Amino acid sequence: MIPELGHFALALAVVLAGSQAVLPLWGAERRDPALMASAPPLAIGQFLALALAFGALVWSSVVSDFSVLNVAENSQSLKPLLYKITGAWGDHEGSILLWCLILATCGAAVGVFGGALPAALRARVIGVLGATSAGFVLFSLTVSNPFVRLWPAPMEGRGMNPLLEDPGLAFHPPILYAGYVGFAIPFAFAVAALIEGRVDAAWGRWVRPWALAAWAFLTGGIALGSWWSYYVLGWGGYWFWDPVENASLLPWLAGTALVHSAIVVEKREALKIWTVLLAIGTFSLSLCGTFLVRSGILNSVHAFANDPARGVFILVLLALVIGTALVLFAWRAPRLMPTGVFAPLSREGALVVNNILLCAIAAVVFTGTTYPLFAQLLAGAQISVGAPFFNATVLPLTIPLFAAMVVGPMLSWKRAQLAPALFRLWWVALAALLVGLISAWGWAALPALGFAGAAWLVLGAFAPIIERVRLFRLPLGASWVRLAGVPLAAWGGVIAHAGLGLTTAGLSGMALAEHRIVAVHPGETVAVGGYDWTLLGLRDAPGPNYTARLAEIRVARDGRTIAILTPGRRSYPLQRTTTTETAIRTNLARDLYAVLGEEHDGTAVLRLHVNPLAPWIWLGALVMALGGGLSLADRRLRIGAPLRRGAAARAASA
Amino acid sequence: MKRKHRRLAILLACGLGLGAAAALTLLAFRDNLVFFVTPSDLAGRAKPGETLRLGGLVEKGSVVREVVDGQPGVRFRVSDGRAAVEVSFIGVLPDLFREGQGVVTLGTLAPDGHFIAAEVLAKHDETYMPKEVVEALKKSGHWQPADGPAPPAATWNTLNVTKNGG
Repeated sequence: MIPELGHFALALAVVLAGSQAVLPLWGAERRDPALMASAPPLAIGQFLALALAFGALVWSSVVSDFSVLNVAENSQSLKPLLYKITGAWGDHEGSILLWCLILATCGAAVGVFGGALPAALRARVIGVLGATSAGFVLFSLTVSNPFVRLWPAPMEGRGMNPLLEDPGLAFHPPILYAGYVGFAIPFAFAVAALIEGRVDAAWGRWVRPWALAAWAFLTGGIALGSWWSYYVLGWGGYWFWDPVENASLLPWLAGTALVHSAIVVEKREALKIWTVLLAIGTFSLSLCGTFLVRSGILNSVHAFANDPARGVFILVLLALVIGTALVLFAWRAPRLMPTGVFAPLSREGALVVNNILLCAIAAVVFTGTTYPLFAQLLAGAQISVGAPFFNATVLPLTIPLFAAMVVGPMLSWKRAQLAPALFRLWWVALAALLVGLISAWGWAALPALGFAGAAWLVLGAFAPIIERVRLFRLPLGASWVRLAGVPLAAWGGVIAHAGLGLTTAGLSGMALAEHRIVAVHPGETVAVGGYDWTLLGLRDAPGPNYTARLAEIRVARDGRTIAILTPGRRSYPLQRTTTTETAIRTNLARDLYAVLGEEHDGTAVLRLHVNPLAPWIWLGALVMALGGGLSLADRRLRIGAPLRRGAAARAASA
Repeated sequence: MKRKHRRLAILLACGLGLGAAAALTLLAFRDNLVFFVTPSDLAGRAKPGETLRLGGLVEKGSVVREVVDGQPGVRFRVSDGRAAVEVSFIGVLPDLFREGQGVVTLGTLAPDGHFIAAEVLAKHDETYMPKEVVEALKKSGHWQPADGPAPPAATWNTLNVTKNGG
């Protein structure tokens, strides 16, 4: 009964999304206030319907209703409750439903919080979101229905992929999807602006918080995914340049560019056409990221089973959404007259450089990711593009980007001079140079360059604030007073930039990681990375739906025990699979990382790693996301507040 | 600065950025493309040292553990039904590595004709067959996916074929 209710709610959502697409857009065209006013209730209705459908799916999974095909294939009665809930979005159908629910949430959010938007613009934004939503909810209802029944119902489900039974991955999809889908709002604003033929500073002010929120979620989602692959897959790596990882990196790069170019629109009313294109591009990349990879077109470890009907539906849908937006752009963009004027050497100019570099990196990653696909289609060659390609292309482009990230915020708007800005950064450059030289003393050139870059970014991020409070040029008390006046949005930028510096330090530290694979008897000691690792013993341990084999390893330095690690292997009888349970002990300066391999002839294969600064990679990303959140908390950026002022100003001038 | 100059400066910057990206891409493509080969292909491709991806099924009963320079290693044969190649690997095999199942390895061809794998990839899902392996099996005429699941490796009489075909 409950699954049927969910099925019905899903069908209802299609109807509501369809109406949400047609009525407000038509109303905005006809200037009909009643039709325009229908937008928020329809968006909220669609959200409620999808929430009901999603709730029904989670319910079926929690009560282990194996008459639902989706639950039978991905769940089992012995699974812990957390994974019964999160398992609802662990597979293709459930994750698409979650995707639709988040998209509907975006529409409802514009409906609820967009009260101060001009009525026509709000109706159009919600209408565009509805049109996008209609396509994907229809996809879920027709070819990817999570409520299909199975008869006769099996006694036991087939169980979830044990790799996914992990708290990190349980919450990875919702956060990542919130990031992907969040860019639908800037996209809808861009399309609405194209329909209206107007983009102004107010538009930039509306778009930026949404883009920033999506960006912060996407940053967190990518970091969570990378952390998961570090501690679950047990390969000792954190980023594999796998298509699915690149697919999340691409919208992140474009979204980062968007967050920055929206500042220029908001402050200076320049780069309008470019920002609109970027908003369309970011969401298009998000769509490609979710669907091209999931559809199995790109070969990836994450690809779900390939179904031709789904693939074709998705391709048509992507072509429709992206194609319509781009055609509209080609047709209407020339109307958006550029207004703001700036010299190439200015804050705007630096943001343009940032955009060019981010887009160049995105282009390179895109080429590397899709090249195998085209090579196969055009030449029939089976080629893969691996990490060396991406390292060789992306690293050189990050150097000028890092330089611009620190110098840019020191430049003034409209027109600036480079020499004074550089002169004020002398201490940052000196510190980075020192860090680089000291690192080069002990280690290879590349990590040393990375550490220098990290120091440059972290210290340089704070340079604009130091400049602002005139530290050491005014008495400390006066600086303190000025510090209290620094807006949150400025702090947000500083913290996000510093976060990238922390991540860079973590990446550079990982380049110094040491590891060794050994086969040892219990009691044997090996030395890795300056530590003595002793295998104390091996034992069996039972679990709820698995049995585990654990190794106990003592890690010691100079005879003093530092940690006892217990890596293990779990075997899941139902799924007939084994997973590796990595043991990690961190003190923030380094990770001790141990993996248990196979056992034979009384020896156990162990892989032992010492990973310097590894946690900084994800901490940095968290700091970046926090920076984005802090910017959002700024009153000037709050979604409602500035609009009322803008609306009042317009009313006064009219 | 005139409007025209400003536009020129921005266009130049764009050109520089995209040009750099294109140059880097082409440069990196020259050395970093990795071709996929099947065991049958490998016989004709005697270019030791080149990094390749070798895919096929792990031959049943071919997995042998060994210790190389104090490091735990493994040797196994990868087959596409027509030919089989000896693969050596040092390290921890992925959880989903099984005899008779699909595998993709990344490595180089040694002068003696065996394949030195630096990485062994198996997929997240045990019912999932790597796409390249499916292609390889189709090419060697051993399996059409439309006819159902892949035949068990034991029934392939690979040894006869390799004896005849070299």
